[in-house]
Amino acid sequence: MDSTKKVIKLKVNGEAYEVAIKPRMTLLQLLRNELGLTGTKQACMDNSCGACTVIVDKMAVKSCSILALQVNGKEITSVEGLASKEGTLSPLQESFLEHSAFQCGFCTPGKLMSSTAMLEEMPDPTEEDVRRDMEGNLCRCTGYVQYLEAIMDVVRKRKEAAK
Amino acid sequence: MKDFEYFSAGSLQEACSLAYEYKDVGKILAGGQSLITLLRQKLISPTCLIDIKGLKELDYIDFDQNAGLRIGALTTHRAIEKSPLIQEKYSVLSEMEKSVASVQTRNWGTIGGNLCSADPIGDPAPCLIALGAKLKLVNAKGERVVPMEEFFVDYFTTVIEPDEILAEIQLPLPASNTGVEYMKFSTIEAGIKIVSTSVAIAVMPGTDVCDEAKIIMSAVAPIPLVANKAAQMLKDKKLTDDLIVEAANMAASETDPTSDVHASAEYRQQLVKVIVKRAIRQAFEKAKKA
Repeated sequence: MDSTKKVIKLKVNGEAYEVAIKPRMTLLQLLRNELGLTGTKQACMDNSCGACTVIVDKMAVKSCSILALQVNGKEITSVEGLASKEGTLSPLQESFLEHSAFQCGFCTPGKLMSSTAMLEEMPDPTEEDVRRDMEGNLCRCTGYVQYLEAIMDVVRKRKEAAK
Repeated sequence: MKDFEYFSAGSLQEACSLAYEYKDVGKILAGGQSLITLLRQKLISPTCLIDIKGLKELDYIDFDQNAGLRIGALTTHRAIEKSPLIQEKYSVLSEMEKSVASVQTRNWGTIGGNLCSADPIGDPAPCLIALGAKLKLVNAKGERVVPMEEFFVDYFTTVIEPDEILAEIQLPLPASNTGVEYMKFSTIEAGIKIVSTSVAIAVMPGTDVCDEAKIIMSAVAPIPLVANKAAQMLKDKKLTDDLIVEAANMAASETDPTSDVHASAEYRQQLVKVIVKRAIRQAFEKAKKA
């Protein structure tokens, strides 16, 4: 083994991994290049656009700006982990499809991860809450209205189901 | 990004000795929300990073009726924003934190890392200066406390020594008859602020007379800029609309902004006149009710 490498253990989408990596590797590079999880997208690489958003210990974070070594021992969910093992999509994934909440689709994994974390944290967000909490996910096609509707639809359905 | 050696400190004490040992070549890594970008762009290339993000002993928000508020340097922006205690007693701090970058950055980025990165576009520093904050710096030999006004030296430069670590932000009890307002101008909510300001106004009880004023601005100088002349104009005066406009214009004349892709220097100066005026008015209204 390369002596400059360090070994970390982590869980990604429920599966345990042990990998030896160079300190300079980011979480984004770990997911895409080492674990082959290319659903997480690389775009701006300066902490601006949110395309690389994943969930670490229930929080949405930008994986381009976190060293992989910093998630040693943590649980990570990437877009590949949203659907069930049998392939049933999550309510947000279904809703994004239903509302055509994408044009080119490049920002979609990031948007799904941000909105998934948000709906875990907030039981009943208002539209303003959703707009504010999704501010870290840019869309170059400017498809903002559709995904807002998609998220609000899930919020509404969840409320009705709880009645 | 160039290769570097990596140490994950298990305690503050260990972090201090590592910081001392590697003081010529090392950098402290907290949330890395500024640092990782700087490394990637090769603006800095330390040969060693000392990771302190995992230190639970620097992640806390404590309030004491006599001593005031203490925030551990590794508290995330999100934790400050969401803290019921801060929302109740230092609401401007929580309001300001809502505007720091994006949710993802606030989830991982720490208040201490933000201050030590000393980017003059940062919002937390002006707000904390307005609230009278002090910073506790520690090293292997001991600690010292620095008023925040004296912390920043130049672009990306603070008084912190290479072997020192920012451990804690200390805020006095909320001052009576005082209002603090944060105001910003940006074109995208989660984007770079073109300018922002935090203003604290204390009034003589039951009057419209200003007892004490502090005006601090971001993104208009190499460091968070304290507009002393503008604040002096307000002190001991009745706060009329005319005086507030004059003080805001004075604040603009104290700035030394640069032009960049986000805004020209002239535009920034013009915006200072507007947002400082509005922030003084708001802080004044809050002070009368405080």
